[in-house]
Amino acid sequence: MQTIDMASTELRQLNSTLQAQSTKTDDAEWVIENTRGAHALAVGLDAPIKVTVKGSTGYYCAGMNKRADIYVTGSVGPGVAENMISGSVTVDGDASQYAGATGHGGLLNIRGNASSRCGISMKGIDIVVHGNVGHMSAFMAQSGNLVILGDAGDALGDSLYEARLFVRGKVKSLGADCIEKEMRPEHLEFLADILKRAGADAKPEEFKRYGSARKLYNFNVDHADEY
Amino acid sequence: MCGIVGLFLKKDDLRPRLGDLLTDMLITMTDRGPDSAGIAIYGDAADGLKMTIQSATPDEHFDGLEETLTALLRAPVRMRVIDTHAVLTLPEGSEAEVRAFMAEKGIRVMGVGDSMEIFKEVGLPKDVAARFGIRQMAGSHGIGHTRMATESAVTTLGAHPFSTDENQCLVHNGSLSNHNRMRRELARKGFAPQTENDTEVAACYISSRLAEGANLGEALDGTLQDLDGFFTFVVGTKNGFGVVRDPIACKPAVMAETEDYVAFGSEYRAFAGLPGIETARVWEPEPATVYFWER
Repeated sequence: MQTIDMASTELRQLNSTLQAQSTKTDDAEWVIENTRGAHALAVGLDAPIKVTVKGSTGYYCAGMNKRADIYVTGSVGPGVAENMISGSVTVDGDASQYAGATGHGGLLNIRGNASSRCGISMKGIDIVVHGNVGHMSAFMAQSGNLVILGDAGDALGDSLYEARLFVRGKVKSLGADCIEKEMRPEHLEFLADILKRAGADAKPEEFKRYGSARKLYNFNVDHADEY
Repeated sequence: MCGIVGLFLKKDDLRPRLGDLLTDMLITMTDRGPDSAGIAIYGDAADGLKMTIQSATPDEHFDGLEETLTALLRAPVRMRVIDTHAVLTLPEGSEAEVRAFMAEKGIRVMGVGDSMEIFKEVGLPKDVAARFGIRQMAGSHGIGHTRMATESAVTTLGAHPFSTDENQCLVHNGSLSNHNRMRRELARKGFAPQTENDTEVAACYISSRLAEGANLGEALDGTLQDLDGFFTFVVGTKNGFGVVRDPIACKPAVMAETEDYVAFGSEYRAFAGLPGIETARVWEPEPATVYFWER
């Protein structure tokens, strides 16, 4: 295990050291200390390594992650795990706005709450939030799964494409073209698996599923006068 | 952008360190606003009314001012000059007369209160803080701002905090879009903004609501109905400290609370030097939700 102390390390040096593990892995486990809320920690990684970020972070922690398993012991600022490709990002605390935005794959596991726009424009990532999510979550979400153990804020899944949304608590309101859908066996099976992987204390049967009504996919000629 | 910070102490132990802690918070937010910086600090109550004034030519304006005012008011006036600012201690009931005097001389009044002092200038936050010796200041609570200007020019008067009534001050991250209409409405109510700045309109709005009898929570709640635009506001009053974000909430905000204090920051980085932050409750204030603390 290698420890990087941010009190004596430049951010670029940290990221280039971790990014260099993609070609030659020096160590499978890394610990980053003294983060003091810094931005852009552990971004652009592409190696099967484990990275523990001790404390809370600023913007864009663990962005563009591929293959690495990144664990943050505190809370994260806006844009955590943005555009993740694969691997996992786990946050012990809360996440600020647009967590997991545009993510293509991997697992984002937030043990606290996520604020507004969680999973905006997600494209295949799986996101589990153990607490609540804020307004406009999964806005224009294209594919992947957003699993919320708590409540969802206003306009959940507005202008949704094919992402699947699962909520255990209350939904304050659904966004345009987002509707509740039936829970089929494959959904219960999926939930059982992802809840286990996320270490979440919840049963698949407790969730409701939401998805796209697919009414915004095509132009409705009856609306022509409105333009 | 802009960066805002606030610190409200629940206990007296940290009072001597308030300026020191706020200065570190402010400097950390330099990336968000390098144009200008300012701070409002609620220190010890004066024996009389505190008035913070500012001048572009302090050597000329402040020379002999203490004696001139003492003669004018026929009562002792004390003056503490700090760089381009000075804090006057005035006899109660003399505010209107002194304001008229300052207007005639071209000296700007930054704020008036029992314990509040306001310092703001153009320049990097570290330089502004050093010029005014903010690190050495003690107090119960304070708010600060680092500015990246969008709606009005980079000037001393365009910097935050804005104080538009006794003991009140406000800092803002965002931009308001209905400030011209609000400006006219507020002027009719006797709270005319003195600058072209949109934030001052919000400060006047809150002052007008408080003057009408609203409490701080109600006044902050009113901003959600009556002000249009992007905002995270942090407001200071004699005994309190309040926070509100617009319903879209795209301007960042994070809060931390321990047994000793409540802290506000645009980013978590601002909290990194606070005592006990490792075990503090840290959370993001909800959109369109009013938070306030009063002692």
